[in-house]
Amino acid sequence: MDALLLARLQFAFTIGFHFLFPAMTLGVALIILISETLYLATKEEVYRKITDLLARLLGLIFVIGAATGIVMEFSFGTNWSRYSRTVGDIFGPILAAEGVIAFFLESVFVGVLIFGRKKASPGVYWLSALLVFIGGHLSAFWILAANSWMQTPAGYEITSAGKIVLTDFGAAVFNPSTVARFLHTVLATWITGAVLVCGIAGYYVRKGLHGETARMMLKIGIILFAVTPLLQLGAAHGHAIQVIDFQPMKAAAMEGHFTTARGADVYVAGYVDEKNEKTYGISIPKGLSFLYNFDFNSEIKGLREVPKEDWPPVNLVFQAYHIMVTLGMIFIGLGLLGALLLWTGKLYTAKWYLWLLPFLIPLPHLAHETGWITAEAGRQPWIIQGLMRTARASSVVVSKGELAASLTMFALVYLLLLVMFVMLFIRIVKQGPEAS
Amino acid sequence: MENIQNFQILWFVLIFVLLLGYTLLDGFDLGLAALLPFLGKTKEEKDTLIASIGPVWDGNEVWLITGGGALFAAFPHAYATAFSGFYLAMMLVLLALIFRAVSMEFRANDPVRSGLWEKALVVGSALAALLFGVALGNIIYGVPLDDKMEYAGGFFSLLRPVPLLFGLTGLAAVLLQGASWAVLKTEGRLQDRSFQAVRALTAVNAVLAAVYFTVLFVVISRVSGNPFFYAGVLLTIAGLLTLVLAPGKKNETGPIRGSSLSLTGLFLAAGAAQFPNLITASNDPGLSLTIYNSSTGIYTLQVMAVIALAGMPVVIGYTVFVYRLFRGKAKADDHY
Ligand code: HDD
Ligand code: HEM
Ligand code: HEM
Repeated sequence: MDALLLARLQFAFTIGFHFLFPAMTLGVALIILISETLYLATKEEVYRKITDLLARLLGLIFVIGAATGIVMEFSFGTNWSRYSRTVGDIFGPILAAEGVIAFFLESVFVGVLIFGRKKASPGVYWLSALLVFIGGHLSAFWILAANSWMQTPAGYEITSAGKIVLTDFGAAVFNPSTVARFLHTVLATWITGAVLVCGIAGYYVRKGLHGETARMMLKIGIILFAVTPLLQLGAAHGHAIQVIDFQPMKAAAMEGHFTTARGADVYVAGYVDEKNEKTYGISIPKGLSFLYNFDFNSEIKGLREVPKEDWPPVNLVFQAYHIMVTLGMIFIGLGLLGALLLWTGKLYTAKWYLWLLPFLIPLPHLAHETGWITAEAGRQPWIIQGLMRTARASSVVVSKGELAASLTMFALVYLLLLVMFVMLFIRIVKQGPEAS
Repeated sequence: MENIQNFQILWFVLIFVLLLGYTLLDGFDLGLAALLPFLGKTKEEKDTLIASIGPVWDGNEVWLITGGGALFAAFPHAYATAFSGFYLAMMLVLLALIFRAVSMEFRANDPVRSGLWEKALVVGSALAALLFGVALGNIIYGVPLDDKMEYAGGFFSLLRPVPLLFGLTGLAAVLLQGASWAVLKTEGRLQDRSFQAVRALTAVNAVLAAVYFTVLFVVISRVSGNPFFYAGVLLTIAGLLTLVLAPGKKNETGPIRGSSLSLTGLFLAAGAAQFPNLITASNDPGLSLTIYNSSTGIYTLQVMAVIALAGMPVVIGYTVFVYRLFRGKAKADDHY
């Protein structure tokens, strides 16, 4: 194994782990905001109990998000120093803005949300819920803007010395993929939160625990679970079109298309034989062209447009993408089913559906991870699309041995964090909404 | 060129302020956590101590995150050189910060292993405080650099006596900051013990500060004409005097004021010793990374200045608001 591969593995592992937690933070922050708003408006105890339970879970989620997030901030300097030297002009300000504008807001008011129920007035407490929600989403915005800049760079200039300098901050932040990526990712975190709450409440209701509180929690969860995946369909579609427009080789890998064609198929499932440059599977003829611009004969670029050394790992991207899309469809189906049960008054007695809900909790995370593999592996071999290769981005002075040591350390520590997280999460859920 | 120099200096100052904010604020929670077994004797006392930092430590840590982001944005070469060069040391810092963060939450929710998590909290906090000082000592005292701005030493070259002295001085100052915070937030026997700790740590700090200023003066020749260095010395002396007077009078706010003053003095002297360097090259002064040869372009520095100067007052405003919300004595059952 060479040092570059170790650095990439370490980045993929640490960011993949970190993302599990902010995804929950944003989703849970949304539901806390909803229940706390209802509490402020109605003064019903049920809503206060829902907030209190979720705030306790948020404490656990947030702390692991913060602990693993700081690793990410360091990682650009420790593992990708040549990248940092090259893009400090653009990437640096976005990360710094994230600190000033978002992290402070979120972290300071999370303290109030978790510890301040007795100290803050109801109005201030509600305001904290709102500010945690805003702060979290702002931090997602900035970090996604940074990532989007790597996918579709804009607002920069290359000097005669080969340095990338910022010329237009607004254009760099609102580069062609920022808005699409932000909408899609935020909706994904809301799905995550909805499924999480449905899972917890479904368990309570099935066991007959916590009466009205559990039913109300389930109701809020199911409504969100019905609405968010549908909205996601729209946002995801927009995001996919953005990829076809601005990163056509990634789009080609996502659907396994080697030759440029009018009337390209869309695959439901399949397998890409990269060696023989063939894709097998179940496909809808001309589907992709149709989805692209509602024209069955529009042109979709194939991988052979560029030399093979510029191809991403095609089958990996293809499979990751299709797992995500399949999960998205499953969420739409199960969410609508839940809404139907709620509508017909059968939700609280539909044992099999309630039994299923807790098992869904990991699935949005699987969709996130596979979505990010699509986005990031699909960008390869570039670290900044078209401008800088990943191979030229790593640190020069960090040795293979050092990387192996740090990767081992993160693997062990994060495994411990994961085990503790799951254990304590279950413990807090079992203690229930009346515990605090 | 005149113009960009102003912004480079401004960014040196702003990063200094962010890191000073970090040192003062995260300083008290790291210090308090590191002193946990000495200040708290029963579980209830320890719960009280942790409750006094529970709502605020994470916001405090954001000063570091933002300082790091600002370093990346303003002086990417310094960020890249130090973080990749001190690789294993940085991994240790991360390990310490991870454990100090999660252990408070785990300790509260995992009664079976709470003793273990408590140890992780104490060791993580102390180690982080020590390593920050060592890192600062290294970039000021100097490390070997090559002509491509890359670090040319090894892990053990970081552990020389002068950087270690910085580490110890920083650790002692942070412990004092923690004990002073404990005085402010506790009462009764716990507070008495905290006053005792303040007294003992004041003596330790006075000795270490004297050695630290002397060494700076002798080793870093450029400080001798720098008024900020002397201002730092005076601040530290003023702080230590406040500290000597406070415990006798049972003055609750005296220690934290004195300790913060003294710590600011130490930090100011370090800043004065470093300017305009960011990472001093020990092998050849010409290879040092300075604010002039490692910065981003003027446009980036300007955009960032607008964001920082408009944003930080707001941040400070709501931070003060939240500290006031949690003012008063901490209670053991405040925590979770
Ligand atoms: C609950 C999570 C979730 C769900 C159900 C979906 N996605 Fe997704 N997807 C993500 C979570 C996600 C993500 C983790 O948030 C990604 C990674 C990068 C990004 O921008 O969002 C992503 C990336 C991503 C990309 C990658 C493009 C890029 O960033 O370069 C495309 C084209 C889609 N998605 C399209 C879809 C479609 C057509 C879906 C079917 C309904 C879908 N996603 C469901
Ligand atoms: C949080 C969700 C994210 C996940 C799960 C994720 C996943 C990945 C994966 C799997 C890789 C390895 C790709 C490969 O080498 O084949 C990677 C690389 C990388 N990503 Fe992301 N990423 C995420 C977000 C981000 C963001 C927000 C940024 C920037 C702000 C970013 C910057 C990078 C960098 C610098 C690399 C290393 C170079 C490379 O291998 O391309 N990632 N990421
Ligand atoms: C799409 C990708 C990402 C999203 C949406 C995201 C979002 C968040 C959020 C909401 C938090 C607050 C803590 C929490 O919620 O648990 C957080 C923490 C953090 N993240 Fe990420 N993050 C992403 C990727 C990254 C990357 C690539 C970095 C590297 C620069 C990073 C750096 C941090 C840091 C330093 C923290 C700690 C902040 C604190 O202590 O409050 N994140 N992230």
